[in-house]
Amino acid sequence: MDDLRELYQETILDHSKRPRNFHPLAGANRSANGHNPLCGDRTTVYLHVADDVVRDVSFQGAGCSISTASASMMTDALKGKTVAEAKALFERFHELVTADPAKAVSAPAELGKLAVFAGVHEFPIRVKCASLPWHTMKAALEGGDRATTE
Amino acid sequence: MSAPAGTKAAFDVEAIRREFPVLEEKVHGRPLVYLDSAASAQKPRAVIDAEREVYERAYSNVHRGVHHLSVVATDAYEKARGKVRRFLGAAASREIVCLRGTTEAVNLVAQSYGRKHVGAGDEVLVTGLEHHSNIVPWQLLCEEKGASLRVAPIDDAGEVDLVAFERLLSPRTRIASFAHVSNALGTVNPVRRMTELAHAAGAVAMVDGAQAAPHLPVDVQAIGCDFYAFSGHKVYGPSGAGALYGKAALLEAMPPWQGGGDMIASVTFEKSTWNELPYKFEAGTPNIAGAIALGAAIDWVGRVGLGAIAAHEHELLLYGTGLLEDLPGLRLVGSAREKAGVLSFVLDGVHPHDVGTVLDHEGIAVRTGHHCAQPVMDRFGIPATTRASLACFNTREELDALVRGLRKVQEMFR
Repeated sequence: MDDLRELYQETILDHSKRPRNFHPLAGANRSANGHNPLCGDRTTVYLHVADDVVRDVSFQGAGCSISTASASMMTDALKGKTVAEAKALFERFHELVTADPAKAVSAPAELGKLAVFAGVHEFPIRVKCASLPWHTMKAALEGGDRATTE
Repeated sequence: MSAPAGTKAAFDVEAIRREFPVLEEKVHGRPLVYLDSAASAQKPRAVIDAEREVYERAYSNVHRGVHHLSVVATDAYEKARGKVRRFLGAAASREIVCLRGTTEAVNLVAQSYGRKHVGAGDEVLVTGLEHHSNIVPWQLLCEEKGASLRVAPIDDAGEVDLVAFERLLSPRTRIASFAHVSNALGTVNPVRRMTELAHAAGAVAMVDGAQAAPHLPVDVQAIGCDFYAFSGHKVYGPSGAGALYGKAALLEAMPPWQGGGDMIASVTFEKSTWNELPYKFEAGTPNIAGAIALGAAIDWVGRVGLGAIAAHEHELLLYGTGLLEDLPGLRLVGSAREKAGVLSFVLDGVHPHDVGTVLDHEGIAVRTGHHCAQPVMDRFGIPATTRASLACFNTREELDALVRGLRKVQEMFR
């Protein structure tokens, strides 16, 4: 069970059971729908961007613990970030979860609490669960209205 | 294994297990508990050996050469067709088209029979139990022809509403296509009755037997259906080898689907003429070794006895149903009166993907997700289920292990 605990860290379980910012966002000026056709996970990410800063962000959807926790912690992490910082964070997060499963990874400091997702890279089949909310957020920032993991 | 088929006392599951090399594998340090045969079954040594022997001693292209190996390969390939014929209870080998599997068979019927007989305003009837392979080919056909796809609903138990099925059959219905056994829920459909109803409305009946063939004896003549499709990989055979049964008169009148070698009688640049049945529908070099190994799988299933397999699996299904019903927070999905081989369920507060990952760490392979049957999931208002599916080599102890694994899941996500 030890390596399973690497995946299902307490923080992840906590966010999956009690997701933060889990509601539609009044005043959102960007949003996108994400879909993982493999497992049916769906998420909608709402953003309120003003003066190039993410003023507020929320999400809704149905998915596994990894995708729910990832969305929840992403929304916490993005508030107050500039659009450029949000996109950079997407890149760092993506690198973290898609690293070679055979290699140990260490999360860069800028990821902060998101470092708990380091365990995901050892479960290649679950990488899309963790990255779906981020792809959806990026699509919303770039003016797309949908994202898919396929 | 040479004991008469159908006698329960003769069923020695430990002897059967020894025939499956993969069951010696460890997964994450645990003995493999394979409960995903509805996705694809594991292979007994007899099948693995048969395919290897073709390539080592008896391989060449079929229906072409005059040389020794071509004759040997052709003979073995055609013998395999004969085994499929007997397995399905068909009257003649010319009614057996060797294909990749069920999906290809449904597409063949939709594209060949369907394109010829379905026109604007016509209807094709399926049921709410179908997996995507028995939905999408008909959608493509209906879209092309301006026809409509009708769907007979299922009830809370996961059974097709036969009254609605009959009502939805109309003079415009050209084809009714339905599963023999549901892959997502395990429901066994009354296919003989459904075929009668389809015929009474003037439609042809196609049965998708992908999930039935490994679990219950099939007799296409007793069912009376016009087409029957199955996949070898679910009957302990290789992937990429399966078959379509079609009534000879219908197949004769159908245009070819794919063009190429083996399906022609003569070719000129002005006009080609088609080969006789079933070769008209077998363009190109087929999965020769796969078809021969499928024949070996059918032989193997015959030696064990489908009746004995069905009885063993049914006993396991009842045992597993009892175990899962006793687990608080678990809800079984699909409680049809007649079921085969499938335990589909949801756990309160835990997504099936998480269930699957934790079980995998216990060495237990289950399928999680929509099982390529999204409309079935929608019917029950759930995005996905966890599905444990049974095969002849499964045991009560493995179902006990499943329940222990599910308790660990509940502990982790408490």
